Amino acid sequence: MLDDKDRIFTNVYGYQDWGVDAAVRRGDWDNTKDLLARGPDAIIEEIKASGLRGRGGAGFPTGMKWSFMPKEPQPGRPSLLLINADESEPGSCKDREIIRHDPHKLIEGALVAGFAMRARAAYIYIRGEFIREAETLFAAVQQAYDRGFIGKNACGSGYDFDVFVHRGAGAYICGEETAQIESLEGKKGQPRLKPPFPAGVGLYGCPTTVNNVESIAVTPTILRRSASWFSSIGRENNKGTKLFQISGHVNTPCVVEEAMGIPFRELIEKHAGGIRGGWDNLLAVIPGGSSVPLVPAAQIMDAPMDFDGLKALGSGLGTAAVIVMDKSTDIVRAISRISYFYKHESCGQCTPCREGTGWMWRVMERLRTGEARIDEIDLLEQVTRQVEGHTICALGDAAAWPIQGLIRHFRPEIERRINERNGAPQLQAAE
Amino acid sequence: MPKLTVDGIEVEVPAGATVLQACEAAGKEIPRFCYHERLSIAGNCRMCLVEVAPGPPKPQASCALPAADNQIITTNSEKVKKAREGVMEFLLINHPLDCPICDQGGECDLQDQSIAYGRGHTRFIENKRAVTEKYMGPIVKTVMTRCIQCTRCVRFAEEIAGVEDIGAIYRGENMQITTYLEHAIQSELSGNVVDLCPVGALTSKPYAFEARPWELKRTPGIDVMDAVGTNVRFDSRGRQVLRVLPRINEDVNEEWAHDKTRHAVDGLVRRRLDRPYVRIEGKLQPVSWADAFAVIARQIAGAGPDEVAAVAGDLVEIESLYATRKLLASLGSSLVEARQNGLAYDTSGLSALRFNTTIAGLEQADVILLVGTNVRLEAPLVNTRIRKAIKRGAKVFAIGREVDLTYRATWLGEDLSALADLPAEAADALRAAERPAVLVGEAVLGFDGGLAAALKLAGDFSLVRQGWNGFNIVHTAASRMGALMLGFTTPGGLGAIAARANALKALFVLGADEADLSAFDDTFQIYIGHHGDRAAHHADVILPGAAYAEKPGSWVNLEGRLQRGERAVFPVGDAREDWTILRALSDVLGHRLPFDNYDQLLQSLAADHPMLASEGLVPLEWAPPQLEGTALSGVVDYPITDFYLTNAIARASETMNRCSTEIVHHQPVLEAAE
Repeated sequence: MLDDKDRIFTNVYGYQDWGVDAAVRRGDWDNTKDLLARGPDAIIEEIKASGLRGRGGAGFPTGMKWSFMPKEPQPGRPSLLLINADESEPGSCKDREIIRHDPHKLIEGALVAGFAMRARAAYIYIRGEFIREAETLFAAVQQAYDRGFIGKNACGSGYDFDVFVHRGAGAYICGEETAQIESLEGKKGQPRLKPPFPAGVGLYGCPTTVNNVESIAVTPTILRRSASWFSSIGRENNKGTKLFQISGHVNTPCVVEEAMGIPFRELIEKHAGGIRGGWDNLLAVIPGGSSVPLVPAAQIMDAPMDFDGLKALGSGLGTAAVIVMDKSTDIVRAISRISYFYKHESCGQCTPCREGTGWMWRVMERLRTGEARIDEIDLLEQVTRQVEGHTICALGDAAAWPIQGLIRHFRPEIERRINERNGAPQLQAAE
Repeated sequence: MPKLTVDGIEVEVPAGATVLQACEAAGKEIPRFCYHERLSIAGNCRMCLVEVAPGPPKPQASCALPAADNQIITTNSEKVKKAREGVMEFLLINHPLDCPICDQGGECDLQDQSIAYGRGHTRFIENKRAVTEKYMGPIVKTVMTRCIQCTRCVRFAEEIAGVEDIGAIYRGENMQITTYLEHAIQSELSGNVVDLCPVGALTSKPYAFEARPWELKRTPGIDVMDAVGTNVRFDSRGRQVLRVLPRINEDVNEEWAHDKTRHAVDGLVRRRLDRPYVRIEGKLQPVSWADAFAVIARQIAGAGPDEVAAVAGDLVEIESLYATRKLLASLGSSLVEARQNGLAYDTSGLSALRFNTTIAGLEQADVILLVGTNVRLEAPLVNTRIRKAIKRGAKVFAIGREVDLTYRATWLGEDLSALADLPAEAADALRAAERPAVLVGEAVLGFDGGLAAALKLAGDFSLVRQGWNGFNIVHTAASRMGALMLGFTTPGGLGAIAARANALKALFVLGADEADLSAFDDTFQIYIGHHGDRAAHHADVILPGAAYAEKPGSWVNLEGRLQRGERAVFPVGDAREDWTILRALSDVLGHRLPFDNYDQLLQSLAADHPMLASEGLVPLEWAPPQLEGTALSGVVDYPITDFYLTNAIARASETMNRCSTEIVHHQPVLEAAE
């Protein structure tokens, strides 16, 4: 278990004020000038050494991502940092907590990370539904400007850095980095083709790095406490601390910072008060937000909660939004509801996702009620394979995986429903 | 120059090429819906998936992937086939099975490709999606349920036509393509989206349910609706041209055609002159050819020198002009004029009267100055080239009344006096330009000293330099450049002939419906043309001729490119090809023209005018006339106000009238039932 002294987000529960004074007391903005004085390359090296992997779900090494940015921005084409706060994944709520209670960690991180990648400005794209959070963030940015932490000569470092906050309009797809760029440019939020990657041609055609809120917010602390401290926590290739968002059928749902690789059982017992009805009542867990396949109880119980540990179970850490489902859950209905979400949020740009998500949801709905044939389970599985990997962005994959997980682990349950509706009465008659 | 391997075949492609282009270079056919060579890459249909090594294990959209050295592309693996079949299945699940009543049938990309990649049966047992129709104007018919959201039409409207009228609304499976608030597309190029649409979602409204493509005879032709000389294909059945489609010609129209080119053809079956008429007791009465000729012979008999004149309209091909001029010469007259708009500019230097940069060459220009021309209406397909030049970084300045050209031009004032004293911004840009181009509207030449002022510009900014000629005149009439090359002009223009009106025994009017012939009210007028339009009403004898699709003919476009079209259908009724009328008449008049068939006519023409002997760009040395210029001032009235009704065929066309009402005059079109 993570010691209190190793926590980065010291106000994630909101026991203290979010404002700049309280933040400074907690250690934010503490001599940020010195951090910047190390120079961009040193900062990137430090982040690389810390082993920080992107907290938005894909787990791409953050330091490496920053190093793709041009070393010398061309005049008229400034580098930009885009911070993705469009947290819309069902189950995820960590960025919301950060912005609510610790916004200055994010803003300081924006300055440090932006400086490291030689960015002129950071844009924070915040989810449209986060109304109070956006208010907090606007106010926090203003506080930082007023204190001279950002803006001209940020923190007295001689570096000019602006932070802009932009509110989204509530589309899940705008959490995809290139769709977010399109949306920020005022266009319809549809993912762009890659290549070119944003680090080459991004926001307004300028080199852009898109990072998750948590990835950015942890950087000042990593720099202060050193990469070796950060990498001493967690397992090989899965370093550091992570905000876990535990929801569903646990006794005390919460957002908590823990070490990467903490066993599932420990995470739930320590922080979430155990499973509702005890461990025998656990049915399945979606360990990383709605887009990753579920993992049945037996496999998840003692699994390490990190990128590689969950990958080994055929799932993923995602955003570490742990959705716990006990045996009262209608698991087919749960996944069907997730399918509906992806059908609803598909942008409609590319064929497999536009047509496939609707098809999958409709079949799922019939599987839910048992109004289907057994071979339609295989059809559905094939459709998910036809969507997966054939789309422009990862939404197609995200729509396919939960269903694949369901069929992989709960096929007997689906068949039972179909038989119950169609065949069971006949069987009874034959008896 | 990346070198890569496609299915074991090594190919080298130019830098910047995509994997799809590399596959095509290797002779592999890649199915696609959203990809189009002339539009930006969307990569959204996912039909062109191929395997790429090195790269991610999933198949990649080849249309959007840059070709790189040492790539190994696989287009025929089981994985690729499965991926494409998957995409095809997705495209078909919500596509209606209404091919039997779909106008795209037989030329439908989805139909064709489903033969190769379709499953043959459906696994989709849910209800299909239905989408309400969207109104897109008088040209484009929509059946949006058939739409596969490839967004070709959206990209065309935005990138080529330059109007942001078409877009997608809603998202996911509810995504719909529509025009803004379902207004008619405000573009003269809207018909091209019909060709671009890979399915039957956007089809041609005037052609709806007319024919199946396999019933049609295809004849290559040349469009006469403007001076660009768009290469077209007449699709005819029996004696009627049912539709006109563009042919690809990179030098002229690429693969576009404007709406007048496409849809004026329904005017070919309306208001036609199908037999000779003679004015008897003040009323035009149908007569036989022999009688009509006899009347003419009586009138012309004994005509002295320059007592017969001819004026030709905008649609006439050079063969008829040549025959007319030859006939009049045999009658001792040189009074011929094809500039029916009354302009009388100096014609001694042909190179100073054409589009020297060439249409395709205009793309290379880096600074463009428009002088008194609304290119968007006068030559829409030159306008698209200007848009392309702008995309490459060209700057555009314009003098004249401000109009919407679909791109941003810096307007330097309405009055032509700005020409003599160009604002520094424009003058500096032109001076600094490597390839400056000036486009002068023909209307400017109507001003006293117009051509001189334009040519002075050419000198001041050295528009003509090694390997580049930036001096251009924008003509609007298909016949104009050919007539100028044939010398079918009279010094002083139509006015000079009008001044002699009283001395004339007869005036031949070759389809000159837009000319102001009021001076010739008392002159005996012989109308040779195909439509009962303005000039025909004043004629004393009407000789029914053939329209452009009904005769083989040659036209010289504004850049001086001689192009030949073939006959798609026969003229209506008793109408004859124009040159045969003149040949027959010459017999009656006792001055037999020296050709008995079309080939002999061409030979005779080539002998008299060697520059018009063969197809292609007529070579002309840059030799501008030395003209004394006076100070130019005044505001140009653009020659085209109603784009859709510029000639007799268009005025007879129901579709064009509809377009005019709706798009130019913004009036609702009332259906009969209303």
